[in-house]
Amino acid sequence: MSDGILHEMLRGSLDHCVKCTICETACPVSNVSPLFPGPKYAGPQSERYRVADEPSVDSSVDYCSGCGICSMVCPQGVKIAEINAQARNKLKRQKGVPLRDRIITRPTWLGRAGTPTAPIANFTLRSRPLRVLAEKALGVHRDAPVPKFAGRRFSRWMRGHQAPGTGRRIVYFHGCGTEYYEPWEGQKVVEILEHNGFEVEVPKQDCCGLPLQSSGLFDDARRVVLRLAKALSPHVRNDPDTLIVGNATSCTLMLKREAREILGLEDDPDLRLVSERTYDVCELLLELHDRGELRTDFQPVQETVAYHAPCQQQGHWIGKPALELLALIPGLEVREMNARCCGIAGTYGLKAEKYEIAQDVGRSLFDQVAASGASSVACDSETCRWQITHSTQRPSVHPIDFLHRAYGLDRGTAAQ
Amino acid sequence: MRSELHYDAVVIGAGTAGLVAGTRLAQNGARVCVVARGIGSTHLAPATIDVLGYAGGRAVVDPGRSLEELIAQRPDHPYARIGRPTVEAAAHWLGGVITDGPLPGYRYVGSLSRNLRLPTAVGALRPSAFVPDTMAAGDALERVCIVGSPALRDFHPSLCAENLRAAGIDARSVSLSLSLDRADANTLGIARRLDDPSRRARFCAELSPMLRADEHVGLPAMLGLRDPHGVHADMESRLGRRVFEIPSLPPSVPGMRLFEILTAALRRAHGRLVLGPRVVGAERDGNRIASISTDAAGHQTVYGADTFVLATGGFASGGIELDSAWVTHDRVLGLPLDGVPASDQPRFYPDYFDEQPMARVGVAVDADLRARGADNVFVVGAALPGAIPWREGSGEGIAMSSGYRAAEVIGAGTAAAAGAAL
Repeated sequence: MSDGILHEMLRGSLDHCVKCTICETACPVSNVSPLFPGPKYAGPQSERYRVADEPSVDSSVDYCSGCGICSMVCPQGVKIAEINAQARNKLKRQKGVPLRDRIITRPTWLGRAGTPTAPIANFTLRSRPLRVLAEKALGVHRDAPVPKFAGRRFSRWMRGHQAPGTGRRIVYFHGCGTEYYEPWEGQKVVEILEHNGFEVEVPKQDCCGLPLQSSGLFDDARRVVLRLAKALSPHVRNDPDTLIVGNATSCTLMLKREAREILGLEDDPDLRLVSERTYDVCELLLELHDRGELRTDFQPVQETVAYHAPCQQQGHWIGKPALELLALIPGLEVREMNARCCGIAGTYGLKAEKYEIAQDVGRSLFDQVAASGASSVACDSETCRWQITHSTQRPSVHPIDFLHRAYGLDRGTAAQ
Repeated sequence: MRSELHYDAVVIGAGTAGLVAGTRLAQNGARVCVVARGIGSTHLAPATIDVLGYAGGRAVVDPGRSLEELIAQRPDHPYARIGRPTVEAAAHWLGGVITDGPLPGYRYVGSLSRNLRLPTAVGALRPSAFVPDTMAAGDALERVCIVGSPALRDFHPSLCAENLRAAGIDARSVSLSLSLDRADANTLGIARRLDDPSRRARFCAELSPMLRADEHVGLPAMLGLRDPHGVHADMESRLGRRVFEIPSLPPSVPGMRLFEILTAALRRAHGRLVLGPRVVGAERDGNRIASISTDAAGHQTVYGADTFVLATGGFASGGIELDSAWVTHDRVLGLPLDGVPASDQPRFYPDYFDEQPMARVGVAVDADLRARGADNVFVVGAALPGAIPWREGSGEGIAMSSGYRAAEVIGAGTAAAAGAAL
């Protein structure tokens, strides 16, 4: 589908806007910063003044973090976040893309460069003088939470891993966070799936393009996501029962919907197939449980954990399956946080001009975590976990970590 | 591809009716999931529980008595199926949920024996049975100062005061400068500021010298989001006068509080809330709905349930639609409707404020709010036929009590089934 037609479809949804302001009540950014006037103003209202070949009417839409909450709470089905993502792309094209946005949106490049040189790279990322320099030269905030390179890649572990041949295939999309920064999360996903009788396949894969898309670099994002779709689709095409499962919830959302809607790729057959087959790991496990197919040989985990459902997980429009899974674990005390967003929104909270806004957005969550008495935080998205740990000084893990422990699988897994 | 989940009860819609039904069911031990396309009516309505404001063209003084008269005269009205005792029980229950909720000290006051008459943003006196205590001092006004600001373009204190004077109240208005950092200020933004004690002190310091002795102070409903009771009490003490909130245009700050309270109660009872998807299909099993499917990201998610509660609202929220061929539908489940004017009868009258025939259309139900043609579907709130909520001042009362009633009937059915199984 061409850009033009897709854009018209998204724009068409704005005629359903009744100006009820529900999106404005829920927008994490406009509620803490006057720099973003809110989803209704930047979306359905401003869109009427945006003409294809004319300059952008204002630049405030750059302050939209792209979290998607506005589209989720809209009772009329207006594609507010999607309209704003396209407006942001147009703005970027006009004003030029800063060097920073070309660098931090490419986790694969960064990962490949940082993994073999992890000790040096991690030192660099944590050196105060170098971070001050990076802020001045590039505009990456000196205090922004950046992950540590693990120094080993998940895919390397997987190559040495002996997969049991159960014949019940599943394709694992691990994403860049798992590949370069948290390979142990991938190991846990694989072990949990194998514990439940799956034979896990890990095709060679790259970035989903979400960081590029959310920074308004659409052409690059399209290339990247289509390459990924092409890599994954042959593994599910000939078997209608085979699913793709991922633990990076924002990346699985990119594959499910955002690439199709925001980047206008509804017509690509590979992407469409991948989109329909992709499951968030907690979504899949809960569905197995509902069918009585999830093993529940859980040992007690005596701990109190705060659970935060990140906005990108909420964007799947499936509720909070992680909560229901965690509730299956005996002994585990789960405190559900009542906050919409941690502020980071992928790369938004790394940017020097947005770091403080992102901290203000997350404040309510950070305060609730502090008051919860929980020793750790469970959250489905890696960038959110890094933000939460940075701002609450508490360890944060993917919810599947608790399942992994309750299954007693942690005794065999390499230490983090 | 489809994902499938199963619950005891699935509620479709997250306005007051859906949240009351879902919370009540979950409190009774059912596994509940509330599925909604977005946030519903709470954020748009004043959050007062108007059980019956107008009957026979007059403002209702004693809502309990007028409710009984209405029930006697109009067997097709939702209240006739709900009954006064259930309205009372529902109000008592909701009052408890609010008092025990996450906003410390915040509570509702009122009764079915006398309507409070509270000023609206345009200075009319609106009859309400149950209201937040932050609004209660607006009842039985004698002298009042209405406070606004040019920054708040949706609230005009002089208009409000002028109309109150016409109703015999000694009313005047003042305007605050409110130095705000944004052009599109609304009551929500100010409510968040007033939660902060130092900003509240500055606000009161600017307002205090403008006030006269012995007058009540009416402000748009913006006295805090996190701690409205504390904000209200603090402002009464700083200003030395009774202070009350006046509901204004959306976003409704008191409505957001009610949403917060109800969703917290739902969470506490282990009920689930899924926001975002539309219902795009339903599977039938004879005279029952077996499951609904929603357009979650990528693939559809299917929710199977023993019971469904349809809380999708009326025309305004798109639960009921009138298509271009002038045919009305229940958009979500396609259930039969009641109250649709016959093809030779008028559907609309030219005057907007007339008693519009189409306004009474709703999903057909029996005396237990059970949908005709679907034995395990219960209909609540504005999806019910027979009422014209905006004329009757009955919308929130019907929403609350029908949600409560549906949960009662479903609970009784479950208990009976369990008894039979024994």
